[in-house]
Amino acid sequence: MLFAAKGITKRFGGLTAVKDVDFTLEGGIAAIIGPNGAGKTTLFNVFTGLYTPDGGEVKLDEHSLIGLRPDEITALGVCRTFQNIRLFKAMTAIENVLVGMHARVELGLWDVLARGPRFRAVEGEAWRTARTLLERVGLGRQLHTEARHLPYGDQRRLELARALASKPRLLLLDEPTAGMTGSEARQLMGLLRGFVADSGLGIVLIEHNMRVVMEVSDRVTVLDHGEKIAEGTPREVQTNARVIEAYLGRRGAHSAAP
Amino acid sequence: MRGARVIRRPLVAIPLSVLLLIVSGAAVASFPRSVLAFLLFQGAILFIYLAAMPGYLRAALLAVALLVMMPIIGAYNVYYLEIATQVGIFAALALGLNIVVGLAGLLDLGYVAFFAVGAYSWAIFGSPHANQIFGGGFPLAPGWFYLFIFVGLAVAALAGVLLGLPVLRLHGDYLAIVTLGFGEVIRVLANNLDKPINFTNGPKGITPINRPPVPFGLPYAEYSYFLVLLIVLVVIVVNRRLEDSHIGRAWEAIREDQVAAQAMGVPLVRAKLLAFACGASFAGVMGVVFAAKQVFINPESFTFLESIGVLAMVILGGMGSIPGAVLGATIVTVLNLQVLKGLSLWLNELKNAGVVILGYPLADLPTQLEPAKYERMIFGVILVVMMIFRPQGFLPARRRQREIEVTAEEHKTVTV
Repeated sequence: MLFAAKGITKRFGGLTAVKDVDFTLEGGIAAIIGPNGAGKTTLFNVFTGLYTPDGGEVKLDEHSLIGLRPDEITALGVCRTFQNIRLFKAMTAIENVLVGMHARVELGLWDVLARGPRFRAVEGEAWRTARTLLERVGLGRQLHTEARHLPYGDQRRLELARALASKPRLLLLDEPTAGMTGSEARQLMGLLRGFVADSGLGIVLIEHNMRVVMEVSDRVTVLDHGEKIAEGTPREVQTNARVIEAYLGRRGAHSAAP
Repeated sequence: MRGARVIRRPLVAIPLSVLLLIVSGAAVASFPRSVLAFLLFQGAILFIYLAAMPGYLRAALLAVALLVMMPIIGAYNVYYLEIATQVGIFAALALGLNIVVGLAGLLDLGYVAFFAVGAYSWAIFGSPHANQIFGGGFPLAPGWFYLFIFVGLAVAALAGVLLGLPVLRLHGDYLAIVTLGFGEVIRVLANNLDKPINFTNGPKGITPINRPPVPFGLPYAEYSYFLVLLIVLVVIVVNRRLEDSHIGRAWEAIREDQVAAQAMGVPLVRAKLLAFACGASFAGVMGVVFAAKQVFINPESFTFLESIGVLAMVILGGMGSIPGAVLGATIVTVLNLQVLKGLSLWLNELKNAGVVILGYPLADLPTQLEPAKYERMIFGVILVVMMIFRPQGFLPARRRQREIEVTAEEHKTVTV
């Protein structure tokens, strides 16, 4: 099992944001869906160490992630993007990606100060990799543009490239297609499929665009009020009565009646 | 605008740079007491830095100005050499603070504490004062000074880590308040650690502090200038290297968004402590040099206003910009030591000469109206004006400047 979370519970004061949720991923692309406030982002924050859960266990390859700091979790191979895009705004696109590699840089203070051949080799390699990554997500022409000057869709792609730079085994994407046009979203999903095929990377999406979810996901998990109410293939979930009632209800009925 | 264009044309800029150097050099030689002549010389150095020309030529011209002309100017008027040395000391401080505030975005209002730590480390052991603590055998021989440059570095870096540890969870205003407190604590300690064991000799300060042995029979002022220049060069190189590495990028990432930085694998604790330690170590080194140069130090040299002064240098020059920090240090120091003082002297001369302006005899002017006393107010005004018209500072960090050029080019293609 690549990634397994068991019995995750997270409370904020009297509010239980996530209640006893299990989630596993062996590979491929999984989606987490649910109405606003269902606890999806909270779950991501627990997975990446931003929150410590009040109960439950999170494991990457049988290695427990509970109690680790976010940077340690990233170093182990779980990286993420944010719902409300959190780029390093005053830094250029390529610098953003280079920061993403931080956990993989094996240089000490002395290497930096001495600037010997080892430093130049590692740094040169990092810049080449960063450039390749940016070209792959379609930002090859904006390498030196400050992140804040990029259009919205490009910022999302840059955040994806930055997360990929840490060479994750599991990538958590929080609404990656928000603000994108239909064709942009489809392009992005093609890209994600490519990364999964190339590197055996596991991806978990939080997504509101149902077309994207249904097209791209191998498995879908549905949360409502912090609880998991359904899980399965996109088709199974689409026909699940509880899901239709809680979330897909009107839209599901709507699209089912052309 | 026209001036900027001249600077961009090498064919004009290169001869003009040389001419400026020669003219300003001649001016200082002919009028060794003229503040304007020396300011012209400084302007020539700035012009060379900004003008378009091949890198080797720029380096050569700067070397001529700083290594040859400046010491000669010092022979004409040793006070100018003193100013240049002070500029160097504050440039190193500004560069250190630039790491903490400019790159890592950790607002430190007590930075001068590290300067104090470095200064006291040599002051105590490089003067007979240490006999009061250890009984005898002091002061250490002047040669120990060179070892203490590294001791000052290490002790200040340690102080940086000690300050960093408790404030790791704080940022913004809260961090600023705690660092301000830390700066005051160090000053108050220096003021009061004369009992029960006399470490710092309290407000009376420590003197005489040993000066390092001077090679080649150089005059001490010249030697001190070269030493400070060398240290500033080393600090600039170290700064550059840190900035253009994963460490510098991690600092900037923390400044931009520390949650995202940590999520991308930047260990916040280690990166912040490193920023505090690096910034502090530069101040520590300069503290040792400062103590030896002044021969006498007391807590008055390390007040809160000094911290603010260094911060003003960083902001004036441009946050996160190495040339900016150096320029900021120059402007603030020269304004302090030369321009305002010069104005005061000039006003005094007018007073003594009994000049009457618009029927008002200047001799009646109250002494409170002396420009030198308006130092802080004038800085305040300059900072306010800067924040309104040029918030990025005089020489903003490279990237931002490149960005501005790019948009300017885009603009051109659009209008064409």
